[in-house]
Formats: sequence, C-alpha cells, structure tokens
Amino acid sequence: MLKTTPFHSRTAPLVQGQAWRRWAGYMVASAYELLHEREYAAIRNSAALLDVSPLYKYLVTGPDAVRLLDRMVTRNVTKCGLNQVMYTTWCDVRGKVIDDGTISRLGERQFRLTSAEPNLRWLSLNAAGLDAAIEEVSERIGALALQGPLSRAILAQLCDADLAGLKYFRLLQTTARGIPLTISRTGYTGDLGFELWVDASRAVELWDLLVQAGTAYGITPAGIWALDLARIEAGLVMLDVDYHSAQHALIPAQESSPLELGLEWTVSWDKGPYNGRSALRAERERGAAWRLAGLAVDWESLESLYREVGLPPQLPGIAWRTSVPVYRGGRQIGYASSGCWSPLLKQFLALAHLQAPHFAPGTPVRFELTVEHRRLQADARVVKLPFYDPARKRA
Amino acid sequence: MTPRYDGIVIGGGVNGLVAATVLARAGRKILLLERRDGIGGQVRSTEFAPGFKSAALTGDAGWLPSGVVRAVRLAVPELVLPEATLAVRADEREWLVLSRDLGRSAETIRRYSARDAQAWAGFCTRLAKHAGFLAALYQLPPPDIDAARPGELLPLLGLAWKLRGLGRRDMVELLRTVPLAVQELLDDEFESEPLKAAIAASAIRELRQGPRSGGTAFGLLHSQVGAAPGAIRGSGYWKAGPDALAAALAAAARTSGVEIRAGAEVAAVLAREDRVTGVALAHGEEIQSPVVLSSLDPARTLLGLVDPVWLDPEFLLAVRNIKFRGSVVKVSYALDALPDFAGLPGGSTDLTGTLSLSGSLLELERAADAAKYGRISERPHVEVQLPSLRWPDLAPSGKHVLVAHAQWAPFRLRNGSWDAETREALGDRISQTIEQAAPGFGALVREREVLTPADLAQRYGLTEGALNHGEMGLDQILFMRPVAGAARYAMPLSGLYLCGAGAHPGYGSSGGPGWLAAKRVLSDV
Amino acid sequence: MPQRYDAILIGGGHNALVAAAYLARAGRRVVVLERRPLVGGAAVTEEIFPGFKFSVFSYVVSLLRPEIIRDLELPRHGLQILPLESTVVPLDNGDHLGLWSDPDQSRRELARHSPLDAEAAPLFGRLMHHMAMAVKPILAMVPPDPTSLAPSDLRGMLRFAGHFRSLGAERFHALHKLMTMASADYLDEWFELDCLKATKAASGIIGTFLGPRSPGSAYVLLHHYMGEIDGAFRAWGFQKGGTGAISEAIASAARAAGAEIRTEAPVERVLVRNGRATGVALGSGEELAAPVVVSGLDPRRTFLELVDRALLPEDVVTAIERFKFRGSSGKVNLALSELPNFSCLPGPGPHLRGAISISPSVDYLERAYDDAKYGEFSREPYMDVAIPSMIDPGMAPPGKHVLSAFVQYAPYQLNGGWSDARREAFGDAVVNTLARYAPNLPGAIIGRQVITPVDIERITGLSEGNIFQGELALSQLFFLRPLPAWASYRTPIRGYWQCGAGTHPGGGIMGASGRLAALEILKGSRA
Repeated sequence: MLKTTPFHSRTAPLVQGQAWRRWAGYMVASAYELLHEREYAAIRNSAALLDVSPLYKYLVTGPDAVRLLDRMVTRNVTKCGLNQVMYTTWCDVRGKVIDDGTISRLGERQFRLTSAEPNLRWLSLNAAGLDAAIEEVSERIGALALQGPLSRAILAQLCDADLAGLKYFRLLQTTARGIPLTISRTGYTGDLGFELWVDASRAVELWDLLVQAGTAYGITPAGIWALDLARIEAGLVMLDVDYHSAQHALIPAQESSPLELGLEWTVSWDKGPYNGRSALRAERERGAAWRLAGLAVDWESLESLYREVGLPPQLPGIAWRTSVPVYRGGRQIGYASSGCWSPLLKQFLALAHLQAPHFAPGTPVRFELTVEHRRLQADARVVKLPFYDPARKRA
Repeated sequence: MTPRYDGIVIGGGVNGLVAATVLARAGRKILLLERRDGIGGQVRSTEFAPGFKSAALTGDAGWLPSGVVRAVRLAVPELVLPEATLAVRADEREWLVLSRDLGRSAETIRRYSARDAQAWAGFCTRLAKHAGFLAALYQLPPPDIDAARPGELLPLLGLAWKLRGLGRRDMVELLRTVPLAVQELLDDEFESEPLKAAIAASAIRELRQGPRSGGTAFGLLHSQVGAAPGAIRGSGYWKAGPDALAAALAAAARTSGVEIRAGAEVAAVLAREDRVTGVALAHGEEIQSPVVLSSLDPARTLLGLVDPVWLDPEFLLAVRNIKFRGSVVKVSYALDALPDFAGLPGGSTDLTGTLSLSGSLLELERAADAAKYGRISERPHVEVQLPSLRWPDLAPSGKHVLVAHAQWAPFRLRNGSWDAETREALGDRISQTIEQAAPGFGALVREREVLTPADLAQRYGLTEGALNHGEMGLDQILFMRPVAGAARYAMPLSGLYLCGAGAHPGYGSSGGPGWLAAKRVLSDV
Repeated sequence: MPQRYDAILIGGGHNALVAAAYLARAGRRVVVLERRPLVGGAAVTEEIFPGFKFSVFSYVVSLLRPEIIRDLELPRHGLQILPLESTVVPLDNGDHLGLWSDPDQSRRELARHSPLDAEAAPLFGRLMHHMAMAVKPILAMVPPDPTSLAPSDLRGMLRFAGHFRSLGAERFHALHKLMTMASADYLDEWFELDCLKATKAASGIIGTFLGPRSPGSAYVLLHHYMGEIDGAFRAWGFQKGGTGAISEAIASAARAAGAEIRTEAPVERVLVRNGRATGVALGSGEELAAPVVVSGLDPRRTFLELVDRALLPEDVVTAIERFKFRGSSGKVNLALSELPNFSCLPGPGPHLRGAISISPSVDYLERAYDDAKYGEFSREPYMDVAIPSMIDPGMAPPGKHVLSAFVQYAPYQLNGGWSDARREAFGDAVVNTLARYAPNLPGAIIGRQVITPVDIERITGLSEGNIFQGELALSQLFFLRPLPAWASYRTPIRGYWQCGAGTHPGGGIMGASGRLAALEILKGSRA
C-alpha cells in the first residue's frame, strides 16, 4: 500500500472518479471532481484547498543551523529574518541543482526546509563537522495550501492573527480555534495564497474548520491536475518534470544549473562558501548554455495546422509532461518539458529548455505538434516568465 | 604583524621534514610547525621508563627512496644490516631463522622442507622483481587516468614498458599475485608452516586482515619494496641510533633554511574565498601563508583542521570513509637482563633482527578473526625486537629494552573502551605470549608501557591509531590515496596540500609522500 | 572408420549447448556429448520425489545473455522466465527487512529501518548501473593476452585500456574500488543498516571462498545489477519448469539448427595427433573424429584430465593446478506438505513469491565464513531460499510445495571429509536454522535432498563442486580466466577449445562463455 496523508479520511470520500496518483510514496488526488476545471477555477477565483502533505519537511536546529543551510543552498540564508521564508535551490559541487524548496526561519536557531525529494542524506552530509541537528518531520506535519483570491478572508474567520499584515514569503505562528498552526504566505500557484502547517494529529480538525469557514467563500478541494495548470501559468518548475536532480541524473546532459533553470535570482554571488559556488561563478562568467523560458504557441498557426485536416484544435485539458522538441531555423534548439492550455490566458503555454542565444523574450521558434499522427511545427515565441502574475500575489 | 611565509608545513615527521626541505631548497621561505616538543614524529625515540628509551613505532630503517635522498641532499646515516633478519618460532624449542643470504636461509628452511628450500631463491627473486616494479611506481606521482598533460603520460608509458620488461612470466605473475590472499600465494609455493607464517606476518602488518584475506599478497610485495632479494624485514637499522634519520633530516632542513617551530600545535587551516590563507595555532596566533602542506593524516587534516564549509560534502564523506582501522599495539619493556628465547640457535646475534612468535598461518588467521568483530585477539600475534642490542645506549648498562608489536587490537572496540584496565589486560596477554617463547621473561620486566591504538591516536595524533595514515590496501593506494580524485597532493581547497603517508606512495616509503608533494607544490606555484 | 563431425562438444552444460547451437547455426556438423542421461550440467530439473520437481543445483536466472535469447530464439523453444518479486530478510528480533520491486514500497520499508539508507539505496543503484555499464563491454570481449606482442592482442589491450579511459576518472575509480574492496567495506560507505549490508554483501560471496570482509568480494555485487541494463525490467527470475527447462530450450534450439546431442556418452579423452586435436574417445571405446573439439568442462578437467598433461607446456599445467575451485556452497531441496510460515510475516503473502535471504547481519555471514575457513560447514549458514512452486505451480503437486535453499558455506575440504552422516548433519543445520524463522518448517518436510560440494562434483563433474567452474576472484578473471595467454578459448593444443564457465566471463547461467567461444571458433575456421 502507498502511504496516505493525515487528511486522507477527509479527502478520500471526495475523490469522485478514483483519480489518484503517486506523490513521494503517498496517494493523492489527481482531481476530486470528475473534471478538474472547477478546481482550477477556484485557485484563480475563490479559494482552493490542496493537500500538499507529501512534501518532505526537515527541522534544522542548533548553533550552526544557519551555517549548515547557508553552505548548502544557493541563497543567502544569513539574510533570512525571523519568520521569513526563502525559496531556493541547492546544488552539488559542480553547480548542478539537486532540489529546490523553501527555507522557513521559525526561530533564531530553528529552520524548516521543504523539498520535493528526500534530502536527509544530503543534509546530514552537509552537517558533518557542524553543530546542527536535523530531524525529518515529513510525516509529523500535515500541510495544506489554501490558494486563491479569497483565501485570506477564509483564514481570517478562523484566527486572530494579522493576516493582512502578513507579507509575501513571511510566516506567522497562530492558532485556529485552538489548533496550533503555522501560516506562511507561500504557494505553488502564483496567486494570493497561504500554506498551513499543522501537527498531523490535528490535521482532520483543521480541514473541517477550513471547509466549514470556507464554504461561503467557495472553498474547493483541488487536486494535482488543477495545481499543475496553475504552477505552469506561474512559471514554477517541478522536479523530475522540468529538471532532474543532479543526484539522480544518469548523464550530465540530464542535469541543470540554477542559471539554466532561470533561477539565477536564487543564487547569491556575494555570500560565503556554499556547494557549487565556484562552478556557478564560472558559469555566470561564460554565460549559461541553456535557459528555461516560457513559450507561447501562436494560436493562428496552431489552428491552421488542425484546420488542414479538418479539425478544430485538439488540446489536452490537463498539463502535459512529455518532452517536446523546439526548433529554430530548421535546427532543434531545445525542448519543452511541460505545458498546458491556460484556461485563464487562453493560450497554449510551455516551459522549455532553450540553448543560448535562443532564449531572449520575443525570439520566434517552432514548436513540435502532433496533429492526427503527423508531426508538424507551429509558430511560437519566447515569453518572459511568469505567464500570469496577478498583483494580489504580493499585495 | 606575523611574518609571511611562502609555505607552512604541518607536522615534523619524516614527510614533513622532507617536504619542507625540498621547498626550501627551491628558494621558498618555509615554516615547519610541530605539535610535540621535538621533531621526528613516528621515528622519534622516547624515554618510557627512567633510563630506558625506545623508538616504539619504527625500529627498522625502512625504505628510503633514492629520489628523496637526492631531493633533500640528505647525508644518509650509516646503516647496519644484520645477517639474521627474521626468526619465527616454529614450536617450543625451534626457530626458523631467515637471513639476508639466500643460501643460508635455504639451509635453515631445508630442516623443514627440502622442497621449500629449493623454491626459496626463486621465490625471493621474483618477489624482489615485483617489489622493484612497485618501487618504480612509488617514485612517481600517482598515475592519472584523465592525464591532461602529455608530459605525465610519459612516465606512465615508461612504467608500462617496465611491466613488460619483467618478462612474460613475471608480468603475468604480478598481475595474478596482487589481488591474492598471501596465504594462497604461499600455499602455491611452500609447504612449511613456519616459513609461510614468517612471510605472511610481513604481509599483514598494520592491516586489519589476516593472511586469508584477498589483497594481502600485495601487502607482502609492499613490505619488500627497497629490500634486497630474500631480506624479509631486512631493511637494517641506523647505526647512530633510532633517531638518526630524524636528526639527519632536521639538519638538512635547517641547512636549507627551513624555520622549525616545535611545540606549535596547529588548530586550524585558515581560508578565504576558496583559498588557503594560513594557519591558526592552538594558542590563537595566526600565521599567513598562501600554501599549507599537512603531513598529518588525511582525516586529521581535512576533518580536523579545515572548516567543512570549504569542502564538498561528498569529498568529506570520502575522507570519512578512508579505512584507518588501527589495530596495532606497541609495548615497550624495560628489562633487567636479556631474555632467553629458548632454542634460538644463534643466541644473541639472531636477536638483532625481528622475532615473530606466530609459527603458523592458522595462528595468524585466528588472531585476526577477533578484529573483524571488533574484539581484541584472545591470542595476539606478537613480534618482538630488542633495540638495546642494536643501540646499548637505550638502556642502562646490562639492562635491555624489548619492543613488542602485537595485532590485533582494534581501535573501535565493539564492547567496551580503551580504559586502563583493558590496556593492561592486553599488556598481560602480550607478556604471556612472550613468556612462552622466552621462559622467565616476566621476571625480568621492570616496567612496561603499553600503547594501544587509542594511545597511539592520542600521542602521535593518528586517526584511529593507524600508523599508516590509512591502510595500504589495493583500494587505498596509488590514485586512490587518500581518496579518489584528490590523489595528487593538492586538496580541493586551493593552496592546501597533503604531504604525509596518507598520500601516495604512502606508509613504508620514508619521505616519499613529502618529496612528491613538494614537487607538486613547486609545479603549481 | 570413426564418425566425423566438424566439431565435438564435450559436456552438455548450458555453455556447451549454447556453443553447439551457434556452431550448428553457422552450418557446422556438431555433436554434443553428455555423460549423464540428461543435458544441462548444473542447470537441470529433476523429479527427486514423486510429483516434486527441483532445479537441483542452480535455481535462479538473471544473467542469461539477452543476445543469446534473441539469436537462438529461445522463447520459441520454451524459455520463459517468471519474475522474482522481492527479497525478504527475517531478522533475529522478529522483524524483517523487505526489498520489493516497487520503488515506493521498497523506500518506505527501508525508511522504516533507516531513513538515510532509504535515500542512499537509489543512489547506490545508480552507481551500480554505471558500473554495470562499464563492465558490460568487457563481458563481450575476448580477453587479449597482455604479454603478447601480436597485433591482435595489442589491439585488444588498447581497446581494454581505452575502454577504461573512456569511463572518465570518477567511474574508473569507482570501478577500481569495486574490484578491490571487501563487499562489507564497500557497503559501509553507503549504508548504515546492518541487515541491508549483509543481504547485499551476500551476493558478493556466492560461489567464492571469501568472507564479506575480505577484499575482492565487492565485485560480485555487480552481478545483481548486470541484468538490469539489458532492458530486462526485472533481472532475477525463475525459469518455468526449473533451470533444466533452460537447458532444454537451448538444446532444442541447437537440435533445430542441426546439432546432434548424445546423452550417456561420457568422453574418456581427447585424441591428439601431432599437437592437433583430432577427435574424442568415449568411455564405450567408440571414437569420434573432428578437427575442432570443444570442452565445456572446467579447466582442471579440460587441461589435466581430458588430455595428457605431457602434451601441455609446464607453466600451463602449473597454472591450472593453481586455479582455485574450492567449492563452498551446497543446496538443500525440500518437498513440503505446506508453506513455511515465517514468524516475521505470518501466513501466506507476497514474500513467499520472492527470495528469502537468511542474512541477518554482516557478522552472521562472517561467522559462517569463519566456520568454513577452518574446515567446517557453517553452523548457521547464509541461505538464499526460494519456493519455486509459488511462482510455477507445476513444480509440486497441488497444495504442496518445493523449497530450494542455496547454502553457504559448505567447504569441499571438510575436516575429516564428507560422509553420509556429515551430509545429514549439514542438512540438519540448514533446517534448524530455517526453523528459527519458520517454526512449522521441520514438520512440513516430506522429502529432503541435501547436496554438498562433493555431491555436486560427483553428479555434475564440477571440480571441487565449484558452481562457477572456478572461483570468481580477481586473480581468476578476464585474461586470467582460466590462465593468461589461453583466455581466448583456445588451448595449447590446436583444434582443442574451451567454452565453459571456467573461461571469461564465466559464472551463473550466462551462456556468454559458450557464445564467445563459438564465435571465436567460427572466426578461426574462416581464416
């Protein structure tokens, strides 16, 4: 049997089509309803409730906690204030990304790290010789993402904390009707939203509270399919989909640096030593050979390819995760690693790895499309990420 | 403002002295720092009881590569080569004495097996040839599979040629021998148990393994590097005393302009922007230098002196994975008189060499078994030397010093720890073993000093008490020493070099690592 | 006038059968001569007790070369390998360690014992994948003679050296470690969980006379991973009908290609005239003639028994005399009235469809080795247990089962020698050890077959009962298998060839030696 999350007793009855999938050894809902469209809409219009408990979570404590994280990740953790959250990547010595996640400073000497893959071993290796303790709390903590324009209003029903004053990538500790809770203003949707961290033993209570308080605001449990659409619109990469961990890649070509993933902003150039620093400096010096960029497929071009065979455009309703070649001037210059039809933007979008110099915004490229069993190419152009960036995300 | 040096060498043992001298002779301003109050490291003698001195760790001269002698312009001290090199106790009143002379050894062996006597010269000649190949390998930097510079490929080609030059039979024999268990090798060659035990004892010195373990045949080849054919344990000793080599090297260092500071313990190697900037001493003083060479073992250097944030966690893991596994105990005895090793034919002239008290492979193997399970051997394998016969100054007139080398006593005990009780109980066990070979020995003992792996770790700053700075096994030599990817002296922190026995060619080559490391520094900076 | 063939193969083991099939497919007139009434050598299925069929000796398949399966169209001839699902290790504290095929399930189970090891396992797997990739081309190489200056050997050595250089330093170093380390030490660098290390290390000692703490035992770890890079989804499996059915499939393929297979036809000696093999003489006195004679027997029999050693150079004789066999494993086959009930996982369950490994700790294995080192069988041996009737119900009567236990160590040279009484004592040690984990087992036994190395030697002819025709030790691999200069399947006698597991690459039901030998013979006869 796969593992189940602390919210399973609440989520399981809601999965109408038995559409489950694996996530880090857990079973989670792909979609609760038979179609995921309403779940996606909730993210952008009201509030969606997502069970993100399978994230790996580690508590890092001790006098050297800062030093440990700072030597491990690319961001400058010494600048991470109390109750601040940082999104960051971490690399091996060759400057290739191992994983990405968030670091929350819960106390002077206490941090929580979240990651997509298990990182206990890597944390332990980095901690050798340092005075820091690492504790995996993945199973102990349930995690919910409450995402959408009305998410703040729902939370305000339940706790007295100053949610209006909680800035983007900050957190606060509070209680909701007596349930101790950490609320961070973070998420994987690119919208206004929060992530709630609760002891697994109180998880079900919290779910019930949220559903109760949120019903009037259209709170909607949402599955991975909805989340996937939102995160592509938000231009957020996913491990094992858009890139491979340097620890698991079988050949160097499968590895990526933060620069190549368009995550240069997470790399600090002036902080102390950390894994991959010299390699990243050298890469910056010579310029990254690849970059992850957004692609928007030209609708006229796409439509005409389908029209030729007498069809209207046939696009999948959920995000796709297969590698798609991208061409320019008759030559393959990269590949898209995931994409979707954006219900909001009414555009066919993709996240693509493009070789230098073809990743400048506005660059015209050709995107491979299989139309009625024939491989054709549609016009597309490089766009700046994120595709969708509402002001309310940070406001 | 502290003075600035071109290079700082940590540790005043043989390798540290050689490295410092080679660099100083090339015009570099070098500071050598030694934690203890005198230099010499493992080759230094100490007074262990009033009026009694011993060089507990190394009584024999060992192999001093000619390249080292040339590089430091060493005035090589006079060497004494005793005729009897190794005597093994065959049974209660019988000793098999091996000599420097092939014919004489064969005569002794004949008493046990005519077939073995006949095979002796051939075996020794082949062993010497193979060891000669190793000796050549040990005077070059470790081969680099990714050799970028064509200049580095040339010596390798030379080696390949030398390997072919061994001749078809020997070349194949070498390839076949290296991974073998020494017992397998010996079973193919000989039938006499004491002879096999005598040879095998050389192969497993300072290893955790017994003679049936794979790769121990390499241990035998390694032990014979620099030795004349048939001279098992026959490297001789320095006539002037156990400290002669240290003194000569120190003199060479001073002549070359090396500044030596004893009693100066390095607490940390300092770095900035991925580069070494100097060292900090235990009492707080900081000394600047762009280059630091450490002759301490790799774990002490890389895990003990360098802030881990400067090094790749995977690299540090590899360093932690180095097999040290010290399991040797050294006991120095202050004796009222020369013990009587019953039945040793040559009397005291046979006593200037080494006496091995394990007369069969089975005894060696059984003694080694315990270490596999983290236990001390119930019947340890014991070898003894009587340094006061070589150097009467070591003991008051008429008195003697006996040094016992015993295996196996693992640094990491599965149950218990190295407290005084465990130490002395082991000392008693070793004394009893000697008593059996030399009845009346116990009554002669005035004082004894037992150095367990824990004591060796403490006194000499050796990780897990490993004299060899990491076992000399097939997976920890050449380009694997100290760890793969960092075998060419330069560590992944720019300006930091390893110049001790933890680097190629490793333990058993006096000054070899120091010399080759200094050469690397000279080619880098 | 003796009957004439293009090639005679001595011994009907799987390698000789593979060689025969390849030679026959190339149009050669070929005969295979097998001493026993059935082909297969150590890969045979026999009905030892009425209704109960056993893969008497070798029992699992992982390494059978896929190119052989494809070339000889073995599935058409009955090859069907059923996946082995898992390895479960009963522990002394009543718990167990399960290694399952599903990665999530395996990770979860490992994490229950050690979260660090659960993370290390896939990384270790990745390294092994790379190592297997590095070794695979070597398995397909005819070993060159490193001492020879002949252009073909020099080319071979350059190819060999070039291959290692092409790996890059990192993988070369990793491979070097794998070739020189003790499996326990190698695993110590990756894992903390003792029972996990023991279970993995156990695969490093199979068929050798080394303990897990002896350098040289790590290399065999790779064998577990070799199958996986050949595109097989699951590497380890059972042949439907037992391993004998593999031999039958190869024999059938050989027959279909025109090869003749004669059983109960023991070869007495190889006929040599003027330094050339001319044929063989059978035990019956009959003589068969062929310009090519190929021995599938082990090197000792091939060089020292089938031909007059006076015909061989002295150093060849010495080298073969030194070639180490030292059979160290036995086999216990049980006919059971009911399934064993393991206390750690009571009742029936998926674990009974996989391997049960009796390897609770590295010390346990090492102690088992220490017994054997001093000439005793292990009082508490390492065992790889399988219940083939769970996967292939045809192996036992309905509701009944067959259990196969591969047991190590059982030294060929037992103090005082093997006797019927010692054999049964060995069988008792096996059953008693198993009973500690599955208490109902002794009561469920309706039939017991105990096979010692001496029995293996007696029945199959494998010298000293070594299942690999000679230890798979570093000093006996590649161009040292079975001896330098004669590792290319040739022998000093022209026309006399070797194709058994005692030649490169050897070991397991691989068939690679037979195939490489056949291809080499065909190359020679074309020239």
